[in-house]
Amino acid sequence: MLRYILRRLAWSVPTMLLVTFLVYIALRVGTDPVESYKRVNPRASRAKVQQYIDINGLDPNFVQGYFKWLKNFITGEWAPSIKGRREVWPALKDAMANTLRLGTAATVVGIFFGLVAGVLAALRPGGKRDVFINTSAFVGISIPPFISAILLQLLFAVYWQRWFGESLFPTSGVYPAGHTGFNLFLMIKFMALPTIIVAIQIIATYSRYMRSSLLDVMNSDYMRTARSKGISERRILIKHGMRNALIPVVTIAALDVGSIVGGLIITENIFAYPGMGLYFLKSFGEGDFPLLMPWMVVIVASILLFNLIADISYAWLDPRIRLE
Amino acid sequence: MTEKVLEIRDLRVTFDTPSGPLEAVRGIDLDVEAGELLGVVGESGSGKSVSFLATMGLLPARARVTGSVLLAGEQLIGASNKFMRSVRGRLISMIFQDPLSALNPVHRIGDQISEMLQSHQSLSSRDAAKRAIELLDIVGIPQPDDRARQYPHEFSGGMRQRVIIAIAIANNPKVLIADEPTTALDVTVQAQILEVIERVQDRFGTAVVLITHDLGVIARVADRVNVMYAGRNVEQGTINDLFDHPSHPYTRGLLASLPRPGKQRLKPITGFPPNMVNPPSGCAFHPRCEFAADICKFEMPSLVSYGDLQTACVRARELPKHERFV
Ligand SMILES: Nc1ncnc2c1ncn2[C@@H]1O[C@H](COP(=O)(O)OP(=O)(O)OP(=O)(O)O)[C@@H](O)[C@H]1O
Ligand code: SF4
Ligand SMILES: [Mg+2]
Repeated sequence: MLRYILRRLAWSVPTMLLVTFLVYIALRVGTDPVESYKRVNPRASRAKVQQYIDINGLDPNFVQGYFKWLKNFITGEWAPSIKGRREVWPALKDAMANTLRLGTAATVVGIFFGLVAGVLAALRPGGKRDVFINTSAFVGISIPPFISAILLQLLFAVYWQRWFGESLFPTSGVYPAGHTGFNLFLMIKFMALPTIIVAIQIIATYSRYMRSSLLDVMNSDYMRTARSKGISERRILIKHGMRNALIPVVTIAALDVGSIVGGLIITENIFAYPGMGLYFLKSFGEGDFPLLMPWMVVIVASILLFNLIADISYAWLDPRIRLE
Repeated sequence: MTEKVLEIRDLRVTFDTPSGPLEAVRGIDLDVEAGELLGVVGESGSGKSVSFLATMGLLPARARVTGSVLLAGEQLIGASNKFMRSVRGRLISMIFQDPLSALNPVHRIGDQISEMLQSHQSLSSRDAAKRAIELLDIVGIPQPDDRARQYPHEFSGGMRQRVIIAIAIANNPKVLIADEPTTALDVTVQAQILEVIERVQDRFGTAVVLITHDLGVIARVADRVNVMYAGRNVEQGTINDLFDHPSHPYTRGLLASLPRPGKQRLKPITGFPPNMVNPPSGCAFHPRCEFAADICKFEMPSLVSYGDLQTACVRARELPKHERFV
C-alpha cells in the first residue's frame, strides 16, 4: 500500500510537468502576458519589462521560457502580480484556505444528505418517497447555481430584512467589512448560503448515484443469500448493501472533483467569496500571469491528489482491488 | 413411520405482471420426510424455485402466496416477518444456483459463516470463528483456518459452493433446499458438490430438497422424486418406482429424453413450455401429450395413487404400460 502511494506520488511529478507545460503554453497564447504587463504599466522602462519577462520565464521560445519559469517557481522566486505588485503566495494561500473551507463544508453536507436521500429512495423504489426524492434531485440538478443563489439571496437577505428587520444570512464575503481575526459564528453565517448552493448540486447528483447503485446491489444474489440467513433488514442493508453500493459511488466521486470545483467557482463569484474561484476569475480577467500560473499548479496538484485518495478508498472498500 | 419435516399443501403463488396475473405455482402438495433427499425436477419455468422461495418467505412482497406450509409443525404461510427471520437459516436453509455471485465480495469467508451462526445462536465472535473453520473443514475445504480469512474472489466456483453449503448448514437446519446447486459448475466439480450434500445429509440427518433439471443427478442421489409441470406436481414416488415404471406421460417423456449408454437417439419432448400468464386449460400438458384426449382439456388432474406412484393424469389408468428404455 505504502509503496503504491509512493509510486503514484512519484508518477505525479512527470504528470505535473507535462500539464503545467501545457497550461503555460495555453496561458501565453491565450492571454499574452507581456502585453498585459505593458497595458497595466504603460510607462515601464525597457529594463523593467525585461526584468518581468525574465522572472516569469516569458522568453519568445516557449520551451526555454517554461524551464525558466519552473526554476523560479521551485526556488520560490515568484514574480509579484502585475496589478498592484502584490506578493502572490499570501493571496493564493488565503484563497486556498477559503475554498477548502467552503468546499469541505459543502462536500460533507452534500455527500451525507445525498447518500441518505439515495438510500431512502432505493429502499422502496417507485414509492412516494422515491418519487419525491427523484423529482427534487431532478429539480436540484436542473436549476443552475446562479439562479438558486439569487433566489436564496432574495429570500434570506432581501425579504428576511423586510420581514424581520435584518437579513438572516449575508450575501457576500467571508466576514463583514473591516473585521479582523477569527470568529466561528460569523464565518458560519457568511458561509451558509454558498455552502447550501454547492451542497444542493452535490446532494442532487449523489442521491441519484447512490439510488441506482444500491438498487443494483439490492437485487444481487449475495443480498438474497443475506436474506436467506434470517438476519435483520437493517443489518442486511448496512453490512451487505451499503458497502457494496458505495464502491461505484466512490469511483464516480473521484472523477467528479472537477464538477464540484466548477460549482465552487460559480458560487464564489456570485457571493463575492474570496476563494480560488474568485481569485481565478479576477486574475484571468486581468491576464495576470504571475497570479495565474501558481493557481494552475495548485488545481492540477489537487486533482491528482483527489484521484489518489479516491483510488485508495476504492481499494479499501473493495478487497478485489489490489493496489499494485 | 418417518416424521414429516415439511408439509406443503395447495401452495399457490401469483405475480402481477404487465401482461396480467401470472400464477407460477398452482396448487402444490409435497411432503419432505426427515433426513431424506427429495429430488424436484421439471423444465424451466415450471415453478420449482418459486415454490421454495415462497416456503422460505423470500419472494418479493408483491407476490401473492396462499396455501399451507408446515415446517416442523409451524405454519409459514402468513407468518410474521420476525418469525420467518427466526426460521430462515435456523430450521430451513437455501442454497442457490450461482456460487460466483452468492457470496458478498467485500466480506471474509469466515465472517460470512459466523454471521449465520451468530444470528441464531448466542456465540462469542471467537467461538463463531472457530465453528466457522470447523464447518469449512466439514464441507471439504483444505487449510480451513487460512481460507476463512480470505475473500470470495480467492475461491474457485466449486470451493465457493462448498462455502455456501457451510453457511447453509451452520445452524444444523432440518431442511436444506438446494436450488440447482451444480448447474453452474464443471462436471467433475458437480459430482464433488453432490457428495458434499450427501455427506451433510448423512452426518447431520438433514432433509435435502434438490431442485434440478437433470434427472441423471436425481438418479444418483435422490430417495424420492417430485416431478413438476406448469406450476403443479404431476408425479411423485421413490426413485426406483419412478425410473422403473413412470406413469405420467410427462415423466415418461423426461426419461425418454435422458441420454443412456447404448441408446442411439434421444427423444426430446415436442412442443414448448406453456405460457404461464395463460396456461392451457385442464391438464396443462395436453398440447404436448401424445395420449391427450378431449377430457384432458377440461379436467385438471390432481395427484392420485396409481400403483406405487402418485400421479396427476386423468387417463393414468387407461395408458399403455410403460416400456422400459434399455
Ligand atoms: N419475481 C417474479 N415476478 C414475476 N414472475 C416471476 C417471478 N419469479 C418467477 N416468475 C415466473 O414464475 C414462473 C416460475 O419460475 P421459477 O423460477 O419457479 O421456475 P423454475 O422452475 O425454477 O425454472 P428454472 O429451472 O429456469 O429455474 C416463471 O414463469 C417465471 O417467469
Ligand atoms: S391428463 Fe391427458 S394430457 Fe394430461 S398427461 Fe394425462 S393424458 Fe396427457
Ligand atoms: Mg429455478
